[in-house]
Amino acid sequence: MQATAASGAASLVSAAAAVTPAISLQNVVKTFGEFTAVKGLDLDIRQGEFFSLLGPSGSGKTTVLRMIAGFELPSSGRIDLAGRDVTRKAPFERDVNTVFQDYALFPHLSVAENVGYGLKLRRTSRGDRRRLVAEALEMIRLPHVADRLPSQLSGGQRQRVALARALVLRPQVLLLDEPLGALDKQLREQMQVELKQIQRTVGITFVFVTHDQEEALTLSDRVAVFNEGLVEQVGTPEDLYERPSSRFVASFLGNTNLVEGELARGLTGSDALLSIRPERIRIRQPDEPLEAAGMSSVEAVIEEIVYTGPSTRFVARTSAGQKLIVQEQNDSRASSAHRGDRVRLEWSSRFNYTV
Amino acid sequence: MRLSRSAKITLRIFAAAVMAAIYLPLLLVIVNSFNATTSGAFPITDFTTRWWEAAFTNEGVREALWTSLRVATVATVIALLLGAMIAFALSRYEFFGKNTVNLLVVLPIALPGIVTGVALNNTFKTVLEPLGIGLGLFSVIVGHATFCIVMVFNNVQARLGRMNRGLEEAAMDMGANVIRAFFTVTLPGFKSAFLAGGLLAFALSFDEIVVTTFTAPPGTETLPIWIFNNMARPNQAPVVNVIAAVLVLLSMIPVYLSQRMTGDDRK
Ligand SMILES: Nc1ncnc2c1ncn2[C@@H]1O[C@H](COP(=O)(O)OP(=O)(O)OP(=O)(O)O)[C@@H](O)[C@H]1O
Ligand SMILES: [Mg+2]
Repeated sequence: MQATAASGAASLVSAAAAVTPAISLQNVVKTFGEFTAVKGLDLDIRQGEFFSLLGPSGSGKTTVLRMIAGFELPSSGRIDLAGRDVTRKAPFERDVNTVFQDYALFPHLSVAENVGYGLKLRRTSRGDRRRLVAEALEMIRLPHVADRLPSQLSGGQRQRVALARALVLRPQVLLLDEPLGALDKQLREQMQVELKQIQRTVGITFVFVTHDQEEALTLSDRVAVFNEGLVEQVGTPEDLYERPSSRFVASFLGNTNLVEGELARGLTGSDALLSIRPERIRIRQPDEPLEAAGMSSVEAVIEEIVYTGPSTRFVARTSAGQKLIVQEQNDSRASSAHRGDRVRLEWSSRFNYTV
Repeated sequence: MRLSRSAKITLRIFAAAVMAAIYLPLLLVIVNSFNATTSGAFPITDFTTRWWEAAFTNEGVREALWTSLRVATVATVIALLLGAMIAFALSRYEFFGKNTVNLLVVLPIALPGIVTGVALNNTFKTVLEPLGIGLGLFSVIVGHATFCIVMVFNNVQARLGRMNRGLEEAAMDMGANVIRAFFTVTLPGFKSAFLAGGLLAFALSFDEIVVTTFTAPPGTETLPIWIFNNMARPNQAPVVNVIAAVLVLLSMIPVYLSQRMTGDDRK
């Protein structure tokens, strides 16, 4: 459903833009000595998309980003930007800008000079440069720091200046390598909202590297999940969360119950691995009737209860020994199950996803 | 760190003794250059500026000073260019034999000056002289450049190693080619280390004597060599004091400035 909606929206964009991806990686391989960091990657990133590369540490996300920027040469394969082959082009010959993980602001230049650096290289006139820099600082809501040195800024301010410095050049594609990684949780969440707003306003394709699944799900139009140099799955956040295509994706994106063997056979009649999200499961009394037709149900004993503020997590175990985690909102419908209670777990059968 | 009272006092006495051992003789030289008697007898009874006048009108001194300035300046310029270039190449590019090059560049500072001197002397006499390049100002400059390069190289390399390589990538990301990135981002980053190295090189060249002895042709004197040759002559002793006083000041200023410069970047 989500997939058709997305492709419907894409077809509204001009036909040319829809067929030519902003970035196209074709069978890209990158080896460092004996070690293969990226193992044959095919990826199309659409124009104007907020696209995330998500994966655990060492899975090759930064390497892919650096190849798109031109800092690393692929060992084999091909990279196109807007339909043009740039595989062997130097970084300064690509219409791509990067926001570095450590921001890489020039310490000897003021904020305004940092933001104006690329414009100066392009021989933008002094007047235009001043106006564009002022606008960029306005956009990140930091017009008053123009004359400061980077060392005189807070972490969040540095991050925004790095963003302004890259965006002021209006590249076709903006690459961001864990730009929020160095910020504390609160600032991080605030910056996520701002980043998304800025991306919508400027309409530039964003390629965003993160190992934080929540961040990827909330910000992205589409996400590629990396694992050991390979892409496990590409899709919308909903695709990935609700219909994971592999055990890795199912367990990497949020918590899930992976069910196989006897219980899985009982639920679906096949041997396939099932993924059941904890928040889909309800806790009922053993003698209560099923809520509706088409429900899956199993009896279990509550082993552990963890209170986490807005929700409570229950760890339950079936008589066959299958552990099931249940996540319950702490609202009026909350069950009052206790440790050791015998309960019946119940969920709609359409949430039994075959992985 | 907190120190006990007695430890503090002991440390102070030691520090004072070391300082005295280093700087009292220097002070003595400067004071003596104003001593009216030629024997340098103490205590000083008559002050005079006669020796200073004599020194500045002395033809040999003037010539030696001019030679020293030329050698130090040219050797420093060579050291700045080559030292910085080698440091940049070694810290930014991987190539075969990198460690060997590194070792060969810093070796002259560890080698006894006499070895460098003899080696260069032999090279010029046996290989280069038949080609028309005998001992002369050029050979002195080459001799000095061997250890001056190390000053610049060491300073610049240490700084480049601490600099964020991401800065150069960021510059290229925004459209700077390799040369632009070097001049707009890398050079400003190591500029002060570069200048500090240059000042040290200049100071080192200005009071060098061993390598100079072996690479200078007869009759060519730098200031230290002039002092060395004239110290034993009783009637020149006061003038030697003046020159020594000038040398102390001339080599302390660059060292002081280079200290200030490297100190500045640390904040
Ligand atoms: N220059 C290099 N030389 C050798 N190995 C490298 C180099 N760069 C990366 N690697 C290796 O390639 C693999 C992928 O690295 P990469 O930096 O792309 O991971 P990542 O997904 O960005 O991880 P993280 O989330 O920790 O940043 C790692 O195992 C890393 O050690
Ligand atoms: Mg990374």
